[in-house]
Amino acid sequence: MDIDVKKIANLSRIRLTQSEADELAPQLNSILGYIDKLSEVNTDGVAPTAHPHDVAMPQRADIATNPDRRDALQKVAPRTESGLYVVPKVIE
Amino acid sequence: MPFRSLSDIKSQLDAGETTAVDVAKLYLDRIKAHNGDLNAFVHIDPPHVLAQAEASDAYRAKHAARPLEGLPIAVKDIFCTLDGPTRCCSNILEGFEAPYDAHVITLLKEAGAVLVGKTNMDEFAMGSSNETSAFGGCKNPWNTDCIPGGSSGGSAVAVAAGLTPAALGTDTGGSIRQPAALTGLVGLKPTYGRVSRRGIIAFASSLDQAGPMTRTVKDTAMITAVLSSHDSADSTSVVDAPSFDWLKACDAKDMKGLRIGKPKEYFIDGMDAKVRQLVEDALKQCEALGAEIVDISLPHTEYAVAAYYVIASSEASTNLSRYDGVRFGHRCDNPEDLEDMYARTRDEGFGSEVKRRILTGAFALSSGYYDAYYLKAQQVRTLISQDFKAAFEQVDVIATPTSPIPAFKSGEKTNDPLTMYLADIFTIAVNLAGLPGLSQPCGFVDGLPVGLQWLAPAWREDKILHAASAYEGATDWHTKSPFGFEPKQAGGNV
Amino acid sequence: MSWEVVIGLEVHCQVNTKSKAFCGCSTEFGAEPNSQTCPVCLGMPGQLPVLNRTAVEKSILTGLAINGRINLESKFDRKNYFYPDLPKGYQITQFELPIVEGGYIDIPTKDGEKRLGVTRIHMEEDAGKSMHEGLDAVSHIDLNRSGIPLMEIVSEPDMRSADEAIAYLKQLHQIIKFLDVSGADMEKGQFRCDANVSVRRPGEPFGTRTEMKNMNSFRFIKQAIDYEVNRQIELIEDGGAVKQESRLWDSVNNESRPMRSKEEAHDYRYFPEPDLPILRVTQEEVDAIRAGMPELPSQLRHRFETEFGLSPYDADVLTQTQALSMWYEALVAAHPVNPKQCANWLANELLGRLKDMNKDITESPISAAAFAVLLDRMEDNTISGKIAKDVLDAMMETGQSADEIIEAKGLKQVSDSGAIDSIIEAVIAANPEQTEAYRGGKDKLFGFFVGQVMKASKGQANPAMVNERLKALLG
Ligand SMILES: [Mg+2]
Ligand SMILES: [Zn+2]
Repeated sequence: MDIDVKKIANLSRIRLTQSEADELAPQLNSILGYIDKLSEVNTDGVAPTAHPHDVAMPQRADIATNPDRRDALQKVAPRTESGLYVVPKVIE
Repeated sequence: MPFRSLSDIKSQLDAGETTAVDVAKLYLDRIKAHNGDLNAFVHIDPPHVLAQAEASDAYRAKHAARPLEGLPIAVKDIFCTLDGPTRCCSNILEGFEAPYDAHVITLLKEAGAVLVGKTNMDEFAMGSSNETSAFGGCKNPWNTDCIPGGSSGGSAVAVAAGLTPAALGTDTGGSIRQPAALTGLVGLKPTYGRVSRRGIIAFASSLDQAGPMTRTVKDTAMITAVLSSHDSADSTSVVDAPSFDWLKACDAKDMKGLRIGKPKEYFIDGMDAKVRQLVEDALKQCEALGAEIVDISLPHTEYAVAAYYVIASSEASTNLSRYDGVRFGHRCDNPEDLEDMYARTRDEGFGSEVKRRILTGAFALSSGYYDAYYLKAQQVRTLISQDFKAAFEQVDVIATPTSPIPAFKSGEKTNDPLTMYLADIFTIAVNLAGLPGLSQPCGFVDGLPVGLQWLAPAWREDKILHAASAYEGATDWHTKSPFGFEPKQAGGNV
Repeated sequence: MSWEVVIGLEVHCQVNTKSKAFCGCSTEFGAEPNSQTCPVCLGMPGQLPVLNRTAVEKSILTGLAINGRINLESKFDRKNYFYPDLPKGYQITQFELPIVEGGYIDIPTKDGEKRLGVTRIHMEEDAGKSMHEGLDAVSHIDLNRSGIPLMEIVSEPDMRSADEAIAYLKQLHQIIKFLDVSGADMEKGQFRCDANVSVRRPGEPFGTRTEMKNMNSFRFIKQAIDYEVNRQIELIEDGGAVKQESRLWDSVNNESRPMRSKEEAHDYRYFPEPDLPILRVTQEEVDAIRAGMPELPSQLRHRFETEFGLSPYDADVLTQTQALSMWYEALVAAHPVNPKQCANWLANELLGRLKDMNKDITESPISAAAFAVLLDRMEDNTISGKIAKDVLDAMMETGQSADEIIEAKGLKQVSDSGAIDSIIEAVIAANPEQTEAYRGGKDKLFGFFVGQVMKASKGQANPAMVNERLKALLG
């Protein structure tokens, strides 16, 4: 199976030049070819593991504790205006 | 001093034979002398280091010393720190200064440690050679033509070359243990959930775990004792994790009654024969110390790398979606529109290995492939965990080589990602199962260190510390230091 | 041949909590942009989610109210897509195993009640807000809403008309408000609806559906569905085919248009959220939540009809909110002789006046006990209904009791036959022509005399007694 690198790159919002795509495609295909090894394993009836331990999720009390730290948090932002993050126009 | 253990330095400080400031100065001098060649540190702020040391001396003058009082510890660039930049050695975090400390950084500070600086690493911890760093690779002090391993390569080099007595790394698929092995150090990946992940830049959330890299087993125990603490702001930090006296666990002098599993899948054709021999020799020594060696099998080992790459890349592909140029980090110049901003920001910000993993992960999760890749990998993960469960019904600990090969030459595998991935073949299964694993030095091949890996059931780091301490007590591999980095008066001693 | 309309609804409802779903930021509405954000809800590196317990409890409560099954184990997943108001590049939601599955809501129809299925309720987090208006080449992002807890309530495709869809939404809206699981203020975006609409010939399989996104008024939802149904029917009858797409309702031009954002084939790459272990609740916890559940509107309506003899209409009006139904019950408790009278006066007089004042029942200037005294005074003939309305006005204005006002203004009804007789005699004396005409057989003039007597008594004469005495004295 050949991976459609351009499509996946687009899904991942990474621009690839044609030459990058040409270089990546065989690498990804060889990685995926190796991963196909998994199909040798009989996993009928085997439950998937998403978390290493079977533990229950902790839950926090509903208390609003966070102070307004906007200025400190926006210091690292590429572009803001009057406390708002600024991005190229979003089209719905 | 530079190659002394953390606990030796602690004794000197406690005895009043030296001060935190003097210790800090010594290491700052060594960093100044050697970092240019080694590229172990990517950020260092000497006045800030000295200020911490002064504060620690002042604290000690008034109060009882805290567990890591005045001890220098370097941290991988993956830990968010209020002081200085946090870059994860990636261009996408250009200009990023975290407005928070990682929980483990807070714990180190509260324990009195002096944070020395940020160490080099593979970009977003994706790599086994430290060559994917945006700041360039770093060199293995045992042979500067060689890589130090990765992704916590900078931390390994910093400790191995005596630029700091201890460092923190993170381990997603071997990133503490493999560089520790390749530079002759002790490195521990604790049980998943023992150490908080909050404020540690995520690579693969269900696998990542932070841990120490030190010269001795006891030093590793000393630091892990501090890091091991429940964090209510990390839902995967386990409440009431079973614990024990970390330092006492290092008192063992022999291995009487200890059953050590030797999995046949970790002693295979294709691995370096000399590495294999050294590990076999180490096991003989363990037998001499009273251990019983039991041949065991972990039958799904062969599929661990494939399952790991699917799971780690899948999680990474979405963990790294937040680097979009909106709220922090790099944004491309003059984006034409929103899509252009995303695509160019991420193209410019990520290196090629990170892109490979994002694409692999996005593919494994994408519609039509999820069942065959992601779900299948998770099922195989279950089988791998079951292998370990079954094995630990027979034995107390498992011993394996940490890496199938010693450090390789820089550039040797950079164009062949798959071969690079296979370098982690012996460390990866542990992360999938969430178990603790430790690497300790067990000899040299052609002047390059070789690591012995210990594995235990979840939460039983004490068993690992027992075995590793007894082995360390009977050998002197941990006392070696690399030629060319010893203080002026001494000579090489390998 | 006729067309059958098939509608399924997805409601996003803000769960009423003080703090966000996964961080300790406030959920207060209307704050300065981005002043209620933190490293977690900004998706900053290394930050991790911790679930809000109250969001879980309120989701369970809602599930119980719609007769759903509570999953004692449920899971969170990541839904991946890029959007500037989605900080992490994924939304934490429940995809594979939601907290509630199954359930139903009954709606009233012409042919009796109809049962509409609820597929599931899952918990998720809201995104931020993008603002474009008045801006040229850029958009502004406010992330105060990012991470606010939502319930997504997904229905079965059981509705067969826009009216049924609206009836379902109104029932749901009412239940949610009753349970106080959400403010459900549609103008604040706390109750938003997506409608999946398709048409088919009866008996045929489902047609291709379109999704009308993010509507927040019952009126727009009805307009949008009606518009979409007509559009699809015309399209098919003209030989075309419906395209599966998301559409936006333009309430200014009364039309819908396809959304332009290109989410490639909507490949959301859902997978289990690795930062959150399994969510476990015990049967005991669920039972405790059930035990604390208030009576639901449908149960209350039924009880008001049978216990108090209310009409279905009045029962419906008085169960619109929990506060109103409780107010009514307090009123009946204080004035038990006539629950229907209580309902009439509450629904018509008090609520009408509150509406004019732009207030709801919780802001009423008079209490149920005070209101009951007013009804008592009508019941015991101290005042007439007409006077009672004036007294109520004065009560609302001054906050004084009914008795104080009746006393101060001398509004007590006159029921003394001697006093009434003397008024009547004066009226007869003042209108000799009319008296003669009436006595001559012009019966219609009786009303004229009643009016004159009431006027002369300033409305305080007991109307029944006036009737009786007039008949006697006019002869
Ligand atoms: Mg949703
Ligand atoms: Zn927040």
